[in-house]
Amino acid sequence: MAELIRVGMADYKVGRSPATIISYGLGSCIGISLYDPQEKVGGLLHIMLPDSTQARPSDNPAKFADTGLPLMLKDVLALGAVKSRLVAKIAGGAQMFAFANATDIMRVGARNAEAAKAMLKKLDIRLLAEDTGGTYGRTVSIDLVTGSYHVKTIDKGEKEI
Amino acid sequence: MSDEIKLSPAQLDALREIGNIGAGNSATALSQIINRRIDMNVPRVSMVPLDKVPDLVGGPDAIVVGIFLRVYGKAPGNILFLLPQKSAYYLVDTLMGKKHGETEKLDYMDESALMEIGNILSGAYLNAFYTFTQISMLPSIPALAMDMAGAILNVVLVQLGQMGDQALVMETEFLAEDDGINGHFFLVPDPGSLEILISAVGVE
Repeated sequence: MAELIRVGMADYKVGRSPATIISYGLGSCIGISLYDPQEKVGGLLHIMLPDSTQARPSDNPAKFADTGLPLMLKDVLALGAVKSRLVAKIAGGAQMFAFANATDIMRVGARNAEAAKAMLKKLDIRLLAEDTGGTYGRTVSIDLVTGSYHVKTIDKGEKEI
Repeated sequence: MSDEIKLSPAQLDALREIGNIGAGNSATALSQIINRRIDMNVPRVSMVPLDKVPDLVGGPDAIVVGIFLRVYGKAPGNILFLLPQKSAYYLVDTLMGKKHGETEKLDYMDESALMEIGNILSGAYLNAFYTFTQISMLPSIPALAMDMAGAILNVVLVQLGQMGDQALVMETEFLAEDDGINGHFFLVPDPGSLEILISAVGVE
C-alpha cells in the first residue's frame, strides 16, 4: 500500500513515487500540485489566500499563493526534480455561498485561482490542467506514480485532470 | 506570531458565560419550534489554530449542511450553524411533518426551512449578546450549502486568515432528546471585533 500523505489547510507536502499526497475539503482554497514526470517527485500546496502583501505578517507562508509556491518549489527541487520538467495542476477556488451582494472576501476563490496562475507564470512553470470555480467543495490528491490529479466532489462526481 | 490577541482565563470565562446564555436562548427557540427538548453542552470558547477548526465537526471531508449568516453592527463577524447531513435531514422531517427517514435530499422548501432555523437561532444568540454587552448586532439573511465541512468552514476562516493564524471560536453543540439531531453553532468574530467585545465584557 503506497503511502498517503495528508496536507492540511495552509500547508504543503512533497514526496516521491509511489506516495499519494491528498488534501480534504477545499472550498475557496486552491490545491496546487507540482510534478516531475521523469523523476516522479512532486508536491501539493493548499493555499487559503492570494496575496501575502494584503494581509498581516504571518508565520505561515504556505497560507498564500505568492509565498507558498516558491517554498514548495524549493523542496520539490531538493528531492531531485528538474525545474524545466515540472508541470502544475490546480483545483479549488469555489464560492461556497451565493450572496447577492458578494463582497471581495466572498470572491476569494476566483482571486486565489488568478493568483495561483500568475505565480506559476512568474516562476515559469507550465500549468497543465485546472478545475476551478463553481459552488462546491473538492478533495484533491496527486498520485506521484503517474502524476494524475484526482478531484473528488460530493455530487458533481470525480475526475482526473 | 505577529500580534495575536491573548485572552486571559477570566476573559474566556466571561465570553463562555455570554455564549452560554446565547446558546440557551437559541436552544429554547429551537425546542419550541420542533416541540422537543433540546440539550446543549457548555459552550467551547477557545482560540483554535485555523487548520484545526474543521476537526471540531468531524474532519474536513465530513458532509454537513452549513447555514451562514454575516453579522453586522459594531462588532461584526460570522455565524455558521453546521449540521451533519443526517441531522439536517432529521430536522427537516421534524419541521415539515414528515416521517423520519423520509427526507433523502433537500428541496427548495427544505432549504428555506433550515435557513429559517438558522435565522431564529442567530437572533436568539445575538439578543443575549446585546443584553450583556449593549453591543447591537444584526444578522444578514442566511445562506445555505451542503458540502464538505472543510469547504464550508473556508468561508469564515479565509477572513480570519488575513489577520492571523488563530480563530476565536464560540461553539455550542445542540442535541435533541432522542439524539436524532445534533448541530454546532459557531460565532466567529472578525479580528477587529474581538477587542470591542472584550472591552464591553469589562473583565481584565
